[in-house]
Amino acid sequence: MNQTKSALAPQKPLSTERRDIWWLEPALVAIGFGLFIIYATWRAFENNFYEIGPYLSPFYSPKIVLDWWKFSPALLILWVPAGFRATCYYYRKAYYRAYFLSPPACGVGGINALGLSQGKKYCGESTFPLVIQNIHRYMLYLAIAVLGFLWYDAILACIWQNQLRIGVGSIIFIANCLFLSAYTFGCHVFRHLVGGKLDCFSCSQTAKTQFSLWEAVTKFNEHHMFWAWVSLFSVAITDFYVRLIASHSISDLTLIGPPL
Amino acid sequence: MREATLKVFRGTDYETGEFKTYKVPVEDGMVVLDAIHYIQKEIDPDVAVRWNCKAAKCGSCSAEVNGKPALMCKTRMDHFASDTEIQVQPLKTFPLVKDLVTNVAWNYEVNKKITPFTPAKDADWTFFQEDIERVQEFRKCIECFLCQDVCHVLRDHNRKDAFIGPRFLVRTAGLEMHPLDKANRIESLKDHGGIGFCNITKCCTEVCPEDIHITDNAIIPLKERVVDEFYDPVMMLLKKIFGKKQK
Repeated sequence: MNQTKSALAPQKPLSTERRDIWWLEPALVAIGFGLFIIYATWRAFENNFYEIGPYLSPFYSPKIVLDWWKFSPALLILWVPAGFRATCYYYRKAYYRAYFLSPPACGVGGINALGLSQGKKYCGESTFPLVIQNIHRYMLYLAIAVLGFLWYDAILACIWQNQLRIGVGSIIFIANCLFLSAYTFGCHVFRHLVGGKLDCFSCSQTAKTQFSLWEAVTKFNEHHMFWAWVSLFSVAITDFYVRLIASHSISDLTLIGPPL
Repeated sequence: MREATLKVFRGTDYETGEFKTYKVPVEDGMVVLDAIHYIQKEIDPDVAVRWNCKAAKCGSCSAEVNGKPALMCKTRMDHFASDTEIQVQPLKTFPLVKDLVTNVAWNYEVNKKITPFTPAKDADWTFFQEDIERVQEFRKCIECFLCQDVCHVLRDHNRKDAFIGPRFLVRTAGLEMHPLDKANRIESLKDHGGIGFCNITKCCTEVCPEDIHITDNAIIPLKERVVDEFYDPVMMLLKKIFGKKQK
């Protein structure tokens, strides 16, 4: 029994003995991301219908107007949430599977895609370019700042002509911020920074406070994938709603306060 | 009585070995390991299979059932439709010995290279549940090596020369996060453990029979500790100014 008769059986690209529909999940992820990327790119370059009344599209917030910048102001800000999501641990899993096919699913042979070379050349995230994923914490800091602006916009979305006004748009804006907060503050890096890096949670009063924070973040982190998708859709829906109103395709229903 | 069709890998070499088909009567509560035992007892006594507890606690009967790494003793026969074949084969990532038995000795060699638990000489052995809860999750590991088998860094790329695999990242996490441990394994984890090779596709978590959240609770926190020490310029500067925090 201690004789080794054979080495590793070769796993050919996309070969597998799995009999379930293993390709469904990466296919849905690829389609979902693809649709969002196409929509967000179109809206970022459209440079129109992003602001009306108290509503400012999250794709264009915070609105940065510079004389010398001749392109869409969305391009000045979208790289922050895009970078945060691109380096997010959940999204990495999702797009490594769906787009890099490295691997496409568990127990399915991967292919030589983009920087993830096959065989002995494979270095994963240990060398350039994928070692850059380690900037995720800096993208988190920037994403928290952008989220602050989005909350400010959500509050402004409830005020019109110096009066409280709640419209359908106000509710969409607040819901979007709640979903984005659940995603952002459930981030693996945030979990590490608030307390995960400690080895002892009971060794000081500060450590005990950090433990409470870590526990709270863990609750959101356990559903990070869910919040990642919900917040992705909610941003797109919020922007689309602003576009519909700004282009006068529909009017915003006022629930409380003066009409728009 | 319902009969199941099993295709079991037979041979001592992947190239010359082949799948042999067996018909096995299915009883209530039967698992794949029971079916293999039936084949051993009634049809082919020389089918090689490693097993011990038959209770999903020893981690011996790891195999691939219909292409998915799984414990044979935890894979119920009624999970499969009666008209489908059940394909059982050895772990692909490790060298084949015979039939369903592979040589997993590489794992034990890797284990020896990890700095063991290192408490201070004057350690106060009192600690609280909240300090040890994370480590307890990692201690559930039964060393079935299904996570090592499914990890594409080891399985597809065969980078056993540079990557220790999820099982030993879990072990390292259990030691690093222990409130009484004083050793620092972070540099070794980056340079010799190859934690950067992991691209967190979570297959290890998906196959773990003990439901250990390998990626979220062990690998990612370790990756962030590596970032603290080697990739975050602000943290590195703070450590230079204030000195390294003692564990």
